[in-house]
Amino acid sequence: MTFSGLSWNVVADVRQLLMFPFMVNAFRAGTIVAITAGALGWFMVLRRQAFAGHTLAIVSFPGAAGAILVGISATIGYFTAAIAAALVIAAVPRSLGGRAGSSESAIIGTVQAFALACGALFVSLYGGFLNGLTGLLFGSFLGISASQVLVLLAVAAAAIGVLALIARPLFFATVDPDVAAARGVPVRLLSTVFLVLLGCAAAEVSQITGALLVFALLVMPAATAQQITARPMASFGLTILLGVVIVWLGLAVAYFSVYPVGFFITTFGFAGYVLAAAGRTAVSRSRRGQALAVPA
Amino acid sequence: MSGLAAIIGQPFLRYAFLAGAAIAAASGLTGYFVVLRSQVFTGDALSHVAFTGALAALAAGADLLIGLYGACVIVALAMAFLGRRGLADDTVIGSVFAWILGLGALFLSIYTTSPTGANGTSGVNVLFGTIFGLSATQAVIDSAVAVGVCVVMIVIARPLLFASIDEAVASARRVPVRVLGAVFLGLVGVTAAAATQAVGALLLLGLLAAPAGAAQRLTARPFRGLWLSAAIAIGSVWAGLLIAYAAPRIPPSFGILAVATTVYLVAITFAPNGRRA
Repeated sequence: MTFSGLSWNVVADVRQLLMFPFMVNAFRAGTIVAITAGALGWFMVLRRQAFAGHTLAIVSFPGAAGAILVGISATIGYFTAAIAAALVIAAVPRSLGGRAGSSESAIIGTVQAFALACGALFVSLYGGFLNGLTGLLFGSFLGISASQVLVLLAVAAAAIGVLALIARPLFFATVDPDVAAARGVPVRLLSTVFLVLLGCAAAEVSQITGALLVFALLVMPAATAQQITARPMASFGLTILLGVVIVWLGLAVAYFSVYPVGFFITTFGFAGYVLAAAGRTAVSRSRRGQALAVPA
Repeated sequence: MSGLAAIIGQPFLRYAFLAGAAIAAASGLTGYFVVLRSQVFTGDALSHVAFTGALAALAAGADLLIGLYGACVIVALAMAFLGRRGLADDTVIGSVFAWILGLGALFLSIYTTSPTGANGTSGVNVLFGTIFGLSATQAVIDSAVAVGVCVVMIVIARPLLFASIDEAVASARRVPVRVLGAVFLGLVGVTAAAATQAVGALLLLGLLAAPAGAAQRLTARPFRGLWLSAAIAIGSVWAGLLIAYAAPRIPPSFGILAVATTVYLVAITFAPNGRRA
């Protein structure tokens, strides 16, 4: 069987999609990454730490560029940089009110810009890997090896395992930090552990979507699911499902097109979010209309 | 002295220092209010819009400046009108700008694969800045825009400060809070577009956040902080340019951000009478 482009025969299309080992690896890695990002992203959106999540995602770029510069594996660079940045952000005093204070956001912004500047420096020192630079920033699913998939799987399993252990107290501490602290829940420790897990997830995702587009997988499925349902378990499951569907669709379309995978993943994610938000507005309007109509 | 003469003698360095100072002053002044109003994430989003706007213009074959300023100002005003008092929800901002960045990746790919024979450098230049590559016209346009932003900022500084610190009282005293918020976000958009040329779309957040954060640590008095923020920004840009000039392998954007971050770190560590941490 040879590659013949897209046709109307869905079975043939799927067979073409999975014809090359690199594509099978891309789907494996994409699925792992979508599940991890969905699980951590759900808590991130709930905790209103989108800005911190974005910064952790960005930091993986200098990490990878630095690792390539000193000649070690980029995977090590991704995880080291993200975990280090998570610890720096966690060390910043955070007001108990839950909402980031202006001082904290200035620090996060500076960390992010400085990390990117370091990335620019590493790239300049290394000299001439411009194509690699675009890959680091905007992602490429062509070069994922089987051993990389194993690393992704191991880190994802560890991160989700820890998240499962702390999920209940973390949820409590997120919804009402004051009461949780009064009941003896270690709020600050949980927050630090969560940021480190978020850093791991960001480092994983950036190996597929590139450092600049990680944020899409962290925030969009969770935001969409929280628009659709307010029940925690339902929206958590929906987040992971949406993430996997978005990644699969994005990879499949990108395979048959000349345009970058990051564009398709972000576009599908955003389309889902807009649909969910519009649907929610429509439903709440019609409910309000019914509520007004019934007493009359 | 010979070093100074060499810098003045080179036109590209003259442009870099002059335009850099104007852009830094504008970023320092707007950045102070960005930090005060907790809108750093909005600034982050605008910096990504700048990237997509510039590349969209390039991909369409138009002038880069049109896309840059157009996209930044339109998105800034949209944020001001969508969000209540110009403070949109983090999640909404995040979803929108993640998608806009995805669009940027698309435009980058269209532009780099277009038959006009463009290579990947333009995309990298938009992301990381080309202050040493400013032409005379670009330098004049950027400086004029940045000076304009500074003038408007100084004019609205007093009511904007009032509206930022106590919105309810300010609107009771007939300060047009919503209009001020929209004008301010528009100014941030213009600043973002101008600063993209100097330090690049990805790094301008540092120029907005770091000098302002440092100034707020160093003094609690608002107007002193405002001037201090602008001064730190200008100092960082000049020092960064000197470092990049002395060591050519260091990109100027890194020099600028390294100086600004160091100043902020020092301010956090040794703040004498700054605000409570």
